[in-house]
Amino acid sequence: MAEVILIEGLIYGITALGVFISFRILDFPDLTVDGSFPLGAAIMAFCLLHGVNPALSFFLSFLGGCGAGLVTALIHSKLKVPSLLAGILTMTMLYSVNLRILENKANVSFLKIDTIFNQVRTFAESLGGGFVSGDVAIVIFMLFFAFILKILLDLFFYTDYGIAMYALGSNPQLITSYGMNQERIKGVGIALSNGLVALSGGLASLYNGYSDIGYGTGIIVAGLATVMLGEFLLRSNKIFWLTTRVLLGSILYRGLMFLARMYGYKIGMEPNDLKLMTGLLIIVCLFVSKNDIKHIVKKGLLNRKEGIT
Amino acid sequence: MLELQNINKIFGQFTPNENHALKNINLKINQGDFITIIGSNGAGKSTLYNIIAGTYAPTNGEIFLLGDPPHALRKITKQPEYKRAKFIGRIFQNPLLGTAGKLSLEDNMLLASYKGIRSLKINLNDKKREEFRERISVLGMNLEHRLKDNVELFSGGQRQALTLLMAVMSNPQILLLDEHTAALDPSNAAKVMELTEKFAREYNLTVLMITHNIHQAIASGNRLLMMDGGEIIIDIPKEKKEKLSVGDLLNWFKEIKHKDLDNDRILLG
Repeated sequence: MAEVILIEGLIYGITALGVFISFRILDFPDLTVDGSFPLGAAIMAFCLLHGVNPALSFFLSFLGGCGAGLVTALIHSKLKVPSLLAGILTMTMLYSVNLRILENKANVSFLKIDTIFNQVRTFAESLGGGFVSGDVAIVIFMLFFAFILKILLDLFFYTDYGIAMYALGSNPQLITSYGMNQERIKGVGIALSNGLVALSGGLASLYNGYSDIGYGTGIIVAGLATVMLGEFLLRSNKIFWLTTRVLLGSILYRGLMFLARMYGYKIGMEPNDLKLMTGLLIIVCLFVSKNDIKHIVKKGLLNRKEGIT
Repeated sequence: MLELQNINKIFGQFTPNENHALKNINLKINQGDFITIIGSNGAGKSTLYNIIAGTYAPTNGEIFLLGDPPHALRKITKQPEYKRAKFIGRIFQNPLLGTAGKLSLEDNMLLASYKGIRSLKINLNDKKREEFRERISVLGMNLEHRLKDNVELFSGGQRQALTLLMAVMSNPQILLLDEHTAALDPSNAAKVMELTEKFAREYNLTVLMITHNIHQAIASGNRLLMMDGGEIIIDIPKEKKEKLSVGDLLNWFKEIKHKDLDNDRILLG
């Protein structure tokens, strides 16, 4: 149980890192994510079926996502389309593209294919003695994978270019004032964000054992909920902690979803209600961050003591 | 250093709302000039800035700026805003526009320490921090020990002083100040104004400063421009400016425009 939460948390945490870049750093609500996530999964399926080397197929998923992000950024900056609409346009177009990549099948199974997760599992079991079980080995693999990505991302945001990207979200005028092209930086940021999302889509399809055209529905909402949950866990202005809390938030979110799936039936919840729950979770998060809950609770208690209520 | 030739700007040309915001502006700014610009609302001061900075393109006319190589005027009329920003520093009335609130003080200063294309190098190190600390201490606002704090935690006066310092650090050919003290309380405004004059002196900056305050316009700088209805109606050079009084300026205005200058904000500010 804990292993599944950790694995899913880390896989979808990479999506959340992408969402964090577009929503929090660039202040660009980017809905392309709902299309680039299944794009990554579709590219991964294509690579697996055609026997492409796993490392290369990860890289191709990433590149595919970057391309999708770049399309959104170009629609936004060249045609002066609002960011939301630009994202929706790309997302809609990607649906057809994804079906093409999946060779007009809505669902491709990897049952007969030895995926990287299977290899990790067999490797762990070949060590013998039940020293590490298959799932634990996958957790360790994903920890490494997510951690390396996170560190690379942190390093990027320490560079001059990364700092400029951060500044763009906070104050676009500043970027122009100091002689940089806003559109170019935004393009790179959105491409990077969608690349991460597509990479995560590829990983998710490998883990689930199939690639599905409907993977993307609600990914952006889940990503946003994750980012917001993370913000309750830690307060900092250092990029190291900002990305750490995204990953922690993702694990927490998957934990909550897991609980909902395990015990939800007791209050009559079905798996189909999960998207509704995610939406409600975001609303609760927004409510809590808008009104300082601790403050309200404290005030309520005080009032009760003084007999005002 | 900066030259405007026959600049016209017409908003909404050929529509019923046509607005001739700048009429045939010719202006030559020399190296080291500290020019104050005064005028009532709608005189075209901000439009003039937007044309120089490149936010708007002029309807017709040409702009030249001294760039690299030095001693050669280049035509910058068609250059996009972010490219000519390498040579032009601009400070807005709103203190929030000059700094990035979500970034720490040191990150903001790093952005300002040079202009133009960024690379994937990590340039922020302890040596740079020491340099920033030294620079920020000039402001006398006790910011030396807050390099890691987000700028959004600072007061408006601190942010505007920082904006000024950052603009100077980036080494611009010309500095455009757009009522940069108007949104501050009197003591902060005086402090920022004092710093402006100090930096202008020390770095021999070429400055253009819009102000609504006629006393400030007369007290600071070495050249004064008065704008009205999209034209530069009065241009007072250094020699005359030293003896200038508010009364003189008002009389001149009356002579030229055949009406009284009746803008409370200018007279009382």
